[in-house]
This record gives sequence, structure tokens and C-alpha cells, in this order.
Amino acid sequence: MTAQLAGGSTPTRRRSWAAALAVLLLVACALVGLALLAGPSLPDRLGSPVEQLAIERSVLGPGTIELTIRNTGPDPVQVAQVFVNDTYVDARGATEPVGRLGTDTILLDYPWRDGQPYLVSLVTSTGAVVEHEIDAAVATPQAGIGFLGLMALLGIYVGVLPVLLGMLLLPLLRRTGPSVVQVLLCVTVGLLAFLALDGAAEAITLAEGAGGPFGGATLVVLGAILAFLLLTAASRSISSPAQTTGAQADGGLGQAGMIALGIGLHNLGEGLAIGSAYAVGELALGAALVVGFALHNTTEGIAVVAPLTGHRPRLLRLLSLGLLAGAPAIVGAVLGAAVNNAELSALLIGIGVGAIVQVITQILPTVRQQAGGALHPLDLVGVAAGVLIMYATGLLVPA
Amino acid sequence: MGASDGPSRRRLLLGGAAGSAGLAFGAHTLLQPDAGGARVHEHGPIDETAAGTHGKHGGGIEGATFRRGGTVDHASNGFHPSDVLRDFDYGTTSRLPDGRVLREWDIFASDHDIEVAPGVQFPAWTFNSRVPGPTLRCTEGDRLRVHFTNGSAHPHTMHFHGIHLAEMDGVPGVGPGVIAPRQTVTYEFDAVPFGLHLYHCHVSPLAEHIARGMYGTFIIDPKQGRPSADEMIMVMHGYNTTFDGEGNQLYAVNGIPFHYMDEPIQVQRGQLVRIYLVNILEYDPVNSFHLHGNFFDYYPTGTRLEPSEFTDTIVQGQGQRGICEVRFPYPGRYMFHAHKTEFADLGWMGMFEVGK
Repeated sequence: MTAQLAGGSTPTRRRSWAAALAVLLLVACALVGLALLAGPSLPDRLGSPVEQLAIERSVLGPGTIELTIRNTGPDPVQVAQVFVNDTYVDARGATEPVGRLGTDTILLDYPWRDGQPYLVSLVTSTGAVVEHEIDAAVATPQAGIGFLGLMALLGIYVGVLPVLLGMLLLPLLRRTGPSVVQVLLCVTVGLLAFLALDGAAEAITLAEGAGGPFGGATLVVLGAILAFLLLTAASRSISSPAQTTGAQADGGLGQAGMIALGIGLHNLGEGLAIGSAYAVGELALGAALVVGFALHNTTEGIAVVAPLTGHRPRLLRLLSLGLLAGAPAIVGAVLGAAVNNAELSALLIGIGVGAIVQVITQILPTVRQQAGGALHPLDLVGVAAGVLIMYATGLLVPA
Repeated sequence: MGASDGPSRRRLLLGGAAGSAGLAFGAHTLLQPDAGGARVHEHGPIDETAAGTHGKHGGGIEGATFRRGGTVDHASNGFHPSDVLRDFDYGTTSRLPDGRVLREWDIFASDHDIEVAPGVQFPAWTFNSRVPGPTLRCTEGDRLRVHFTNGSAHPHTMHFHGIHLAEMDGVPGVGPGVIAPRQTVTYEFDAVPFGLHLYHCHVSPLAEHIARGMYGTFIIDPKQGRPSADEMIMVMHGYNTTFDGEGNQLYAVNGIPFHYMDEPIQVQRGQLVRIYLVNILEYDPVNSFHLHGNFFDYYPTGTRLEPSEFTDTIVQGQGQRGICEVRFPYPGRYMFHAHKTEFADLGWMGMFEVGK
């Protein structure tokens, strides 16, 4: 296209630009005309105003409940009164109507008790009621240095350390033959496939619970597709020089890097889920959680080093691969606890899903190539084993 | 905490060691109405934030309240619960040829948006543009004529509780039946039996016609009258603002939830107070009335002149009503509310303020 334009004479180019501009102008005029004329030609919506509010965040302080509300409907919404568990309460904030997609916070004066369920009912100016359930009240942690430090530590425990532990198995893998490595790559595919499905299911559940002002479940798909496309483009630019030189070493390292990145994005989502669950008091931090995640995520470390059995990468490079795969859990945990927005979490988990699918499409051709075109039955057993390992170790996580 | 624990415990022990003199002094301080402790309670956190100004009762552990600072626009509503309380409509009277009193009222139905809580509009259907409708009051044996005009966009009737001909019952399919918009009808019957009754629309869907606000009090005084008293009416009702037919979001007496918390009912110490209490609450099976710090004589339906009970709490189903007679022996503020905490916390509570 650009070559063609560059080859054409200047007047031709100018003429085609003018034509494009004219078409654009025509479309713009048509749209404005449509807005001005077609709108009034249709009747107004029947019935009363459509009032929708999503409660994006609730912060429980001593004797107070603060809600962040977002208008997810077409009409402005005014919260007139609020009752909590069938008692009207004093409320501050949100004194003006909230417009479409607008947001506001409202502070309720209510002596809530630890561990009890609460139903917050927002009564709008038309008498409609928007309900928000708090399953079990717990004081929202203040996002101070100490708390964020705790979340970072949690991210290290469930993300970085297990992945590095898994990578320690690299010398052991090296002693085995190429057929074992081949099966191991298949196990990795199984592991990743499980993570992708698990992540997608979790993200969709999360997004559906949010009320969906920004698309709900479609956000998961959006994140996945964007991540997939971005990583595909990235891997092309990484692997194409290696392919031309035919250097196998770079190929293996590149693949390990892509797997690490994919798993890293997945762990970002995992960290988010952990952080937000802890922030709303739904997660007990303890030995069971740490050990469960360690077993679960150690397998991710094996997946990262599986393509490296034929190479001797430097320790620093291995360490950075491990951090790439594990450290996003830290960012996720901090972000999840501090922001705790369901739709943002869904989008980020969706990105992790897309990244993992991309990694699978990266590994599979390599495996098939090495197997001589068709997969060995043992390879398929490997895939199944990967899925089963993830399922079984997932059961160990008490969250 | 730990630092202040020691001295206070020691002080307590010292008090015990000082013997009965110390104890007696403590009890005296507690019992004295003007003692420091009582004053702190009365003029402490409640008074600073709550008393005196409208819309400032309760909050947090102090109790249920609407959002502070907001009030209902009574002027725009066209009625004020403090006026509704003692507003008895005796109609216009004349003499029939046989010497009996003929009492007549003009009642109209209309559709009317009312602010039922600060900032919450409710599309009500009303009698004479108010909720509850006017309190019609007559004397046993009067001839009554109620000229009813339907100014609403919906069909309505007036169905009176009382003893009358079937044609005058204000139900669909009997007598004039349903009164269409812009139509007028006259309901005519004798004022019997004496007591506390009510009227309401009886058009289907009945629950909605009642829940929208179409009800009022109908009092037939006994011929010999009742002892003179400070009389007031209290109609217990609710608003199902979501129109889902499953309970109410607001509960009230005389139109506006929490109103008598903000503007307590002023009564005199020792004077006989007579409360005409009517329950027309839709969607919830039972309502109740509880008075703090006092007991009242209760006359179910007001059809006997002897009380059936001396109590501080009574229960009424929908359509039940009764007269409560009380004398307040002490000055101060006394709550009254539904002894169903949910209703109370959703608006059905108020205060009596007994003058010295």
C-alpha cells in the first residue's frame, strides 16, 4: 500500500486523499444528521427511568461502610436514602445525581460487627432499591506500607519462591533423554491448558458479579485477545532472527522466555485474586495456603525450564526467567488488595489467559516438529498428566 | 488503657473500703434526676447533634435515621403530619325534617406525587390530596352523605367500615360499583355503630389501591360523647416504593416516616390523651404500637366504653383499630413505635414530648 502510494505521482496521491476526506466528511455529516433528525422521530422510552448502580468497592471502617457506586444504566441515578439490614442510616456523599458511567462514594454511619452479613439497600429518588450484599463484614485493611509489604511477601511466597523451586529441577531434567524432555513439554502444555481454562472461568465469574458497566465477561475476552496478539507479535520479533541463523540455543531460551512471560501474566491474575480476597477477609493466610500454592506453582517452574534441557544458560538469566514468571504475583497481590476492582481483575486475568494460550500455540509446533509431525501417544499422556497435576495440586489450595 | 486501668480499679476498691457511706452517695448521685450522669446522657452526644433541629435524631448506635440535613417538603406535599395528627373533619351539617343531623363531605380522589422520605418521590393515589386521607368524624345516629368525585386517572371507590346497605358498601359489582375517572357518586348511610373505623378504596388490584395511599380514618362518636381529652389520630401504614408487592421500604404514622422523631408530639403532663390508632398497613400481616415509659387503656375498635386492657403494647392486623387513652405522669420525651423493630427502624417511630 505505502509502496504503491510512494510510486504514484503527487497529484494522484492528493486526489485520493481528497476523496478519502470527502467520504469521511460525508459519513460525519450523515451521523450528525442522524443524531439530530432520527432521534426525535422515535418515541421516548416507555415506562419509568432505568436506574442501575454497581457497587464497585466497599470499605469498612470503624462504625462506617463506604461504598463506591457507579451508574451502569442509561439514566442519572440519585441515591436518596440508605438502609442497612432494614435500618435507615445516616449517609454522607453522593448528594448529586450520578450520570451514566459516573461514579461517587457514599459513607454510611452504621455500627457493623465483625463476621456478620449485611444487606445495604440504596433507595433512589424514584423509590427503586439497589441492594449490595456484604457476605461477612471485616475491617478493610488500610493500604499502608506495612500492609503492602505483607502483600508483597505473600506474592513472593506464592509466586516467586515456588517457580524458582521448580526451576531447581533443571539439572535433573538434563540427565534424562530427549524423549523424556519431549513428554515433559507435553506435560507443560497440559499445565498451561488447565491454567487457561481455570483463569477464564474465574475471570468470567468475577466480571459477572460486578454488574458489568464496562462489559463484564467481554472484558475477559478482550484482555485475552489483546494479550494473545501482543505476545504473538513479540515472539515473532524475537524468534525470527534466531530462525534465520538456525541457532537452537536462542530458540530454546526464547521459548522459555515466552513461557515465563505467559505464566507471569497468569500469576499476576493469581496475585490479584489472592490480594482482593484477603482485603475483603475471604482468605485465611496460613501454612495451608502457602504450601498449596507452592506445590501448585512449582510445576510452573518446571514448565519454564522444560525447553532448556539442551542448553546451559547463565544463572542470572535463569533467575530473571524465574522472576519474570513469579514476580507478577507480587504486583498482583498489592494491586488486588489496594484497588480491589472486580472488572479490572477480570481484565487482567483475561490477559493472563490470552498469554497462556499464546504460549501453548508456541510450544505445540515445536513438540510436533521434534516428534516428526505426529504426536506420540506418550505425549498425549503427558498433556493429560499436566492437566491432572494442576487439578490435583489446585485442590490443595484452600481458597 | 493499661495505665488508666490501675488507678480506676484502686479507686473502686477504696470506695468499697470507705463502706456504705460511699455506696449510698453513689446511689444518690445515680437516682437524682438532675445529677451529672443523667445530664450527660440527656445533653451529651444526642443533644449536640440531634435535639432541636429537624432531621437530626439518631445515627449510628443512636438509632435509625434518614440522611441528616434533609427534610421532606411538606408544603409541596400539601399536608403536614403534625397537622394531620389533630385534624378532624366534621363535614357540613344540617337538620333533616325528622330532626336528625345530616352530615355531608366532599371527597375527591387524585393522583399525586408525594415526597415520602427526603429525596424520595412516591406516585400516590390519594383522598383529598393527602396520605392518610381526611379523618371523617361524626356522631352516632347522624345521617351521612359522602359526595365522592373521582379525579384520578384510575377507577376508585370509597368503602366504609360500618353498618350500611349493601349498595352503599363501595365495592365493585354492588350498587354504584366502581367509580370511573371523572364520575361522582354519593354514599349515604347512618352513623352506626359508634367506635373507631376506617374507609379505603376497594378496587382491584386491591393491595395496590391501598398501598398507594387510598385510606383514612372514620370516627363515630358515641351519643353521650367521651371524656374530654387531647385527641389525636395515628394511621399506621407503609410505602412499597419498589412496587414489588413484597413488604415495604418505608413505614410511618400519618404520612411521613420518622416525622414525630424530628417534631415530637407535644402533650401536657397529667392530661388525658386519646389516640385513635388505625392499622391499614399493606403487604405485612401485623403491625403494632408500643409506648415508652407509660401505660394506656385500650378500647378495641372503640365500640365499648370500658377498656379491655391496660398495657403498653398492642398488636393490630390490617383493618384493625382501637383507642388508646393515657395520662403522662412525668415530663420528658417518650418514644412510641411499632414493636416490630424492622418497621420502627424503617420509619415507624416517634416521640411524645410531655411538658411540665
